[in-house]
Amino acid sequence: MIDTASLLAVLPELILTAGGLALLLTAAFGGEGMARFVNWLSVIILAVAGVALCCSLEHGPDAFDGLVRADAFSVFAKALIYGAAAAAILLAPRFFAVGHTIRAEYPVLILFAAVGMGMMVSAGDMLTLYVGLEMNSLASYVLASFMRQDERSSEAGLKYFVLGSLASGILLYGTALLYGFTGSTAFDGISLALSDGVSKGELFGLVFVLAGLAFKISAVPFHMWTPDVYEGAPTPVTTFFASAPKVAAVALTVRVAIEALGPAGLDWQQIVIFVALASIIFGAVAAIGQTNIKRLMAYSSINNVGFALIGLAAGTPAGVAATMSYMAIYVLMTIGSFACILQMRDAEGNPVETIASLAGLSQSRKGLSAAFAIFMFSMAGIPPLFGFWAKFLVFDAAVAANLAALAAIGIAASVIGAYYYLKIIKTIYFDEPAAAYEARGGAVENVILTACAVVIVLGYLLNPALDKASAAAAASLF
Amino acid sequence: MDGFPILSLMMAVPMAGAIACLFAGAQQARWIALLATLADLVLGIVLWINFDQSASAPQWQFQEYAPIFGRFAWALGIDGIALMLIALTVFLMPICIGASWQAIEKRVGEYMAAFLFMEVLMIGVFTAQDLYLFYIMFEAGLIPMYLIIGIWGGADRIYASYKFFLYTLLGSVLMLIAMMWMVHEAGTTEIPALMAYNFDPHVQIWLWLAFFASFAVKMPMWPVHTWLPDAHVQAPTAGSVILAGVLLKMGGYGFIRFSLPMFPEASAQLAPLVWGLSMVAVVYTSLVALVQSDMKKLIAYSSVAHMAIVTLGLFAFNQAGLEGSMMVMLGHGLVSGALFLCVGVIYDRLHTREIARYGGLAINMPKYAVLFLLFTMAAVGLPGTSNFVGEFLSLMGVYQVSTWAALVGTSGIILGAAYMLYLYRRICYGEQKNADAAAMPDLSVREVALLAPIAAVVLWMGIYPESFLAPMRPAIHALEARLASAAPAGDSKIEMGAPKPVGEGAVHEEVAAHGEAH
Repeated sequence: MIDTASLLAVLPELILTAGGLALLLTAAFGGEGMARFVNWLSVIILAVAGVALCCSLEHGPDAFDGLVRADAFSVFAKALIYGAAAAAILLAPRFFAVGHTIRAEYPVLILFAAVGMGMMVSAGDMLTLYVGLEMNSLASYVLASFMRQDERSSEAGLKYFVLGSLASGILLYGTALLYGFTGSTAFDGISLALSDGVSKGELFGLVFVLAGLAFKISAVPFHMWTPDVYEGAPTPVTTFFASAPKVAAVALTVRVAIEALGPAGLDWQQIVIFVALASIIFGAVAAIGQTNIKRLMAYSSINNVGFALIGLAAGTPAGVAATMSYMAIYVLMTIGSFACILQMRDAEGNPVETIASLAGLSQSRKGLSAAFAIFMFSMAGIPPLFGFWAKFLVFDAAVAANLAALAAIGIAASVIGAYYYLKIIKTIYFDEPAAAYEARGGAVENVILTACAVVIVLGYLLNPALDKASAAAAASLF
Repeated sequence: MDGFPILSLMMAVPMAGAIACLFAGAQQARWIALLATLADLVLGIVLWINFDQSASAPQWQFQEYAPIFGRFAWALGIDGIALMLIALTVFLMPICIGASWQAIEKRVGEYMAAFLFMEVLMIGVFTAQDLYLFYIMFEAGLIPMYLIIGIWGGADRIYASYKFFLYTLLGSVLMLIAMMWMVHEAGTTEIPALMAYNFDPHVQIWLWLAFFASFAVKMPMWPVHTWLPDAHVQAPTAGSVILAGVLLKMGGYGFIRFSLPMFPEASAQLAPLVWGLSMVAVVYTSLVALVQSDMKKLIAYSSVAHMAIVTLGLFAFNQAGLEGSMMVMLGHGLVSGALFLCVGVIYDRLHTREIARYGGLAINMPKYAVLFLLFTMAAVGLPGTSNFVGEFLSLMGVYQVSTWAALVGTSGIILGAAYMLYLYRRICYGEQKNADAAAMPDLSVREVALLAPIAAVVLWMGIYPESFLAPMRPAIHALEARLASAAPAGDSKIEMGAPKPVGEGAVHEEVAAHGEAH
């Protein structure tokens, strides 16, 4: 029985779906000329969906008999997802304008991915989760291979598809095991069944589910696809992959771990701790040798997911709040960094991806270099930039949960990570100038860049608001 | 001055200057930086004048509190110790700007902005009353210093900048974990409250070690000092001045503000470790300094040796040691800064730091030779100069707890005299070996204006140290009282002699003795 309250709870998804379909038709009939128009319209649809988020809270968290949950947690995650998706759309036209015509499918695919991500973060049932995940993934596979003529892009799409399907299979298998041993696919039901002891079968199910999710958040040891896909995909798509789906997958992992597998906390905690530390260390070490900036950002995102998971490893409301705050700040830094990377264009406007080409950028493009440096220092977690606060929160939560040793190892490993971020700053500021880039960045790029940089620098003033929002989000899970 | 946020203003002025410099042309940036630092110097003097030095004064003054950051607050306030270090900072900054006036030609705006930002952070470190605010200021200093060394440094600047950054970062992050633990345990982020909180002595050891990791690197103590010679040699002159003058003092400040009052028991237990490392440092780095052929490296190693005297004094747990350490820090800040400036003066002329390339400068640069001699003597610790007071007090303090440490520490003074006088002889005396060195002009007006104020303060501090000791005394007393219960027993077995009988007879005897002498 579908009631109005349930429909209102998924209002943002409804808006995105309807908007996406309408835009698809517009694009189909309007042809290439409509591309820019569709682009802007899709951003407006995302904004409207964002506004609708506020209404979705009013009718209590559960919708469709618990299949979907519209709580503060999902609102927090969705706000980030929509914001990141909008940025990924806005950053695209300038990139695709060179050599390719802009295609209207790009924003539409992102809208569909956003629908899937919205379902992921507000899933209350393993099946909703799976459907949402697949919806997002399908759109993502197409996006990765969006530049059809480009070999690397097609390769990235194929790789993503094959490995992604494998992960979905693993996840589904885990879900089946959990269903078989607990008799439910609903998070509540699983949690209830687990609360009187965890059987072997349930444990296997848990491990498989977490393995599938670890693939989606690209945590070690399921990270292998990330560098290739990030490098091969068109840069705006990489921007998107590194931000919105990352938030969705991390939020989903947190929700499953706390809501469904909460009673088995001690069992998954060790897994999460291992995955977190492995991601931090591997992400940092592997990034050192990279020469391609997008590949480097891929390892950086692996590294960052490791930090975010430390909050989850704490398993406390403060830890969950820290993880969500981490993702919020991470999204800002990532979008800002990619807005910089998108501006790496040679004199003809072709994208350049080698780190070496950044040499001496500070002498030709002062503002861009300063922004780049801000994001890199922030990613490295150096105060007074906001990236430090993200790391601070997760480590603080870990210390409060008596995981001081984990925090100490994690933070020591963050120093390894600092090295490769410093390498970029060194290239920009210390090295002799290489061939100059295009003299000016696009207006939209610059606006996004500046906005992110300002927030990263002055972010501490947002602390009270961020604390409040993330605490409310976390509280809705416990 | 009640309620006027002078400390915030002291940070706002250079911050505004830094932003302005980023957008200004080269010459404008120089003037903006100079004016901003001079304005801060004036504010610093106002601060000192208004600082209540009476015994009944509150320990923390000029307090500001604004809980705008959620988990931590914009909480500022100073005691005498912080006041002195702030005074040192604002005094050295205009000199640094002046020293870079001509030496820095490329990207002047960014350079000045980095320096002004550095000043904001240094004042922030010394004024922060919130644990996390302190950490943020403490760590943020890495960014401008990394850029200063990396962009405007010497040939091997990139290696030096990485080493500086990663060494200090690795040291500091563990301190952050310890801070988080402390805040959860004590339930407050306020430094004055934490200074009075009694942590479990068993946990104190771990916390102390975590803080030690950070401050020992910053200080720097042997064996984690190796970043310092590299950083100094590669940094531009003003960078070296600020590094030796103020940044190293953050380590000492950390010990005196955190390690000692917050973990007194652990400090007492681990004091032998500190003494041991300091003793090695004094002897080893002095000997290393003796064989250097690079002027800046020599002074850098001498810094490590002087800082070892500071740590010896700090872990003496008594008033003499603590006061002496503070005086060494202030004196060393001035003297090593001045020595780096002296190196900079001749480096600007000949573009080499090789000692052997100079010689006989007393002939063609008499003014330079006089000032350089004064600072050399101050570095040696000649009575009448700033360093004598500090070194004497801290060694006296440490003698009361460990005679061995005092013995080895004192040998550093002798070795210090050796390497400094040897340096001076090779540069200023002897024959004029190289024609280009012999042709160098004497100090310009600008250079005299940079060195003369330091010389004046060095003498002031040596002749009337009370001006500097008086503001710090209440804070040092409070710290000594805090440490009293934990202070380790000394091995010097000092006993108070029986007071001489004061009476008619005694006076007569003295008079008689005088009479005989005549």
